[in-house]
Amino acid sequence: MKKSLYILSFVFLVSLLFAGAAFAQSSTPPTDDQVNAVAHKLYCPVCESTPLDVCPTDACKDWREQIRTMLAEGKSEAEILTYFEDQYGARVLAEPPKKGFYWLVYLLPPALILAGAVILFRSMKAWTTVKADAPNPVEATSAKKDDYVARLEEELKKQK
Amino acid sequence: MVAEFGYGILAVSFLVAIYSVFAAVYGVTKQSAAWVQSARRSMLLMFPLISIAAAALIYLLVNDHYEVAFVYEVTSRSMPTYLKVTAWWGGQAGSLVFWSWLLAAFTSAVTIRKWDRDIEFLPWVIVVCSTTLIFFLGLVIFYENPFARFWNVIGNIEPHMFAPANATLFTAQDGRGLNPLLRHPGMVIHPPMLYLGFVSFVIPYAFAMAALITGRTDDRWIRLTRRWSLWAWLFLSLGLVLGGRWAYDVLGWGGYWGWDPVEIAAFMPWLTGTAFLHSVMIQEKRGLLKHWNMILVILTYDLVIFGTFLTRSGVLSSVHAFANSPIGPLFMAFVTLTFVASIALVIWRWPSLHSETEMKSMLSREALFLLNNLLFMSVLVVCFWGVIFPLMSELFTGQKVTVGPPFYERATGPLFAALMFLMGVAPLSAWGNSTIQTLGRAMWKSALAATIITVVLFFTYTQNIIALIGFFLIALVLLVTFQEFGRGALARQKTQNENFFVALSRLMGRNRRRYGGYIIHISMMLMAIGILGMEAFQIETQGTLAQGESMKIAEYKVVFDNVASWDNNAQEVNYTRATVKIYKGDQYIGELHPRKDMYFSGQPMSIPGQRSTMRDDLYVLLVDWQPISSTAATFKIFVNPLVNWLWIGSLLFFVGVIFAAWPDRDPAEEPSRATRRVSHTSAAD
Repeated sequence: MKKSLYILSFVFLVSLLFAGAAFAQSSTPPTDDQVNAVAHKLYCPVCESTPLDVCPTDACKDWREQIRTMLAEGKSEAEILTYFEDQYGARVLAEPPKKGFYWLVYLLPPALILAGAVILFRSMKAWTTVKADAPNPVEATSAKKDDYVARLEEELKKQK
Repeated sequence: MVAEFGYGILAVSFLVAIYSVFAAVYGVTKQSAAWVQSARRSMLLMFPLISIAAAALIYLLVNDHYEVAFVYEVTSRSMPTYLKVTAWWGGQAGSLVFWSWLLAAFTSAVTIRKWDRDIEFLPWVIVVCSTTLIFFLGLVIFYENPFARFWNVIGNIEPHMFAPANATLFTAQDGRGLNPLLRHPGMVIHPPMLYLGFVSFVIPYAFAMAALITGRTDDRWIRLTRRWSLWAWLFLSLGLVLGGRWAYDVLGWGGYWGWDPVEIAAFMPWLTGTAFLHSVMIQEKRGLLKHWNMILVILTYDLVIFGTFLTRSGVLSSVHAFANSPIGPLFMAFVTLTFVASIALVIWRWPSLHSETEMKSMLSREALFLLNNLLFMSVLVVCFWGVIFPLMSELFTGQKVTVGPPFYERATGPLFAALMFLMGVAPLSAWGNSTIQTLGRAMWKSALAATIITVVLFFTYTQNIIALIGFFLIALVLLVTFQEFGRGALARQKTQNENFFVALSRLMGRNRRRYGGYIIHISMMLMAIGILGMEAFQIETQGTLAQGESMKIAEYKVVFDNVASWDNNAQEVNYTRATVKIYKGDQYIGELHPRKDMYFSGQPMSIPGQRSTMRDDLYVLLVDWQPISSTAATFKIFVNPLVNWLWIGSLLFFVGVIFAAWPDRDPAEEPSRATRRVSHTSAAD
């Protein structure tokens, strides 16, 4: 639903672009929802970890008004985000931009997780092959007792 | 007078803690039971000592001693007494004392138990707990002293413990008062819960270290601390949930979790703790993973310290804040030192931590538990890196960045989904051995039913693919878990000739840990319903309404009736309260009163008007209004589907953990793994 809101506002903005700046000025002013959709993707430098659309401070209110003005001027969401990024730095974006050093934030966790998975599977392989070489006496009994009821009964007996 | 007294007591407890470490180590090296007993007695002294210091602090807080800097910062005359008491943990200095007090209480509780054959652990448990205490008390005494008072030093007001030369004591007229956001009942209970969880995790860590140092690296330490870990986990989880509820009720952004570094700081030890609770079972049942359990408990301990530091100090918000704060580097040094030392111990004892058996199948219970651990660690990696990255960026590029919810949601979403899938599969697998066939046989009915439910939801509720995958997994886990209850009870019913419910309750009573665990799984799925509802279906709209005008969202219609403002001078706050009438379709269903509280200190607070049902919450916020005419107001309205399931799930979660952790009999009486190994294919547990 949220997505469709974004798409809607996007479609709206694109149509504004096509209509041209002059017409955009005279068309209906942007709604609060359109402003919030953009503001949701921004963070002011002061109110840490509070997105702009819900931040109660006056500074953030001013930013939202600025977004409204820019929307009314026919600016696209991407243009507005770029404007704020140029003005205040990358920290206003919800995530670091995908460039240069910032790639690290996206690449390191998957790399580590992959490494963890490889280590885990290798050691599990190693453990299981050890077993294949030396048959374990327990295994022979386990096949017979695979029946769930029997196992449960046995367990309950033991716990008495 | 009271301030000096409190400070003096803290200094004494600091010295006693140092003494207890010394006595314990000396007692071990000289093999002198008397010295170890002395260490134990001094450890027991810590709790009353810190209690007295805490009482002194509370006395100052309650009696408006505004010459004390900490009292000035967190209380004001207008605050009710209970809030003045709880302001104890409302600021950094006080919460460090609170932390130490809890640790002293827990350590005392541990040291008075009967040690019998575990007596060799005792001195080392004391060493670990006391060292942690020394660190926290040291911070309090030398850097974050809650008893420091204001002194007028040639016109400048400065906080010092003792009077500087030519200075006179300065007493402020009134305090600044606790941040209004923290005056909510949720915020009164949430920090102690979190801290209880944090601090209880020190105990399993202390036993783990004692096991490493003494070389008794069998699973005795795990058995001894099993309940501690569960209680710790319970409190930590409750702390997290209460924090979420508080955010939902007070912060006014329509949600309960914002991937804020402070939230993540509390979430990280929860992740390793949860992994730990699962993987110790592998060690107990199969004698595997001893190294890994050690590493997990070490990680949990250090994440607890890291979390304590992060939640209160705010020094990780920037490199400068970190460098300028005296306690930032100290905390980092302590975390690094304990981590390196503990890992060194693990490496030293590496050979004795070898596995007693081998892994038999990639689908056995233990293999699936390992996968579970991998996933929890993966979520941890994402969280840790996300919290640290802004600092890294500032350090290396000079640019601060925000790592916000989109990053975490994208990265952890699939991991949580995989965890849910495991939750659906693992209970059906057997220790030692499982194959695709046995798993398939056990699972197919539940999987089929979950598929049917998903198809029904597709036609009746949603076409959102992510939501459908989520609902499928939730249905699968719930069905598999219910099936496990049913299957066990039926089996028992057959063999014991009991009626179904008697069989079920006896079955559960006999194996609290297993069935408590399943109750927790069910509760997690209820919570997942709420989370999924919010993530996939939350909608919002905002608009300005004149009196009598209405706004529509989903099937609701919200009509603006009136808005009024008034001052409450006693509470130092201005209230603005709106009344809106709510219609569902054309049917009137009631009024809501969203509120905006503006504290005279400048702190705003948005209290939503909420109408909560199992299907969805209507959540109305008052954003703005015309102050004089009151004829128009701006509202932000959320429809938060299914979110109530999250809170219901947390209540059930509580029940599940209590059920699992409830003391029944002495764990020492349980047959050890060695004697059970002969028949270790047992599925139950």
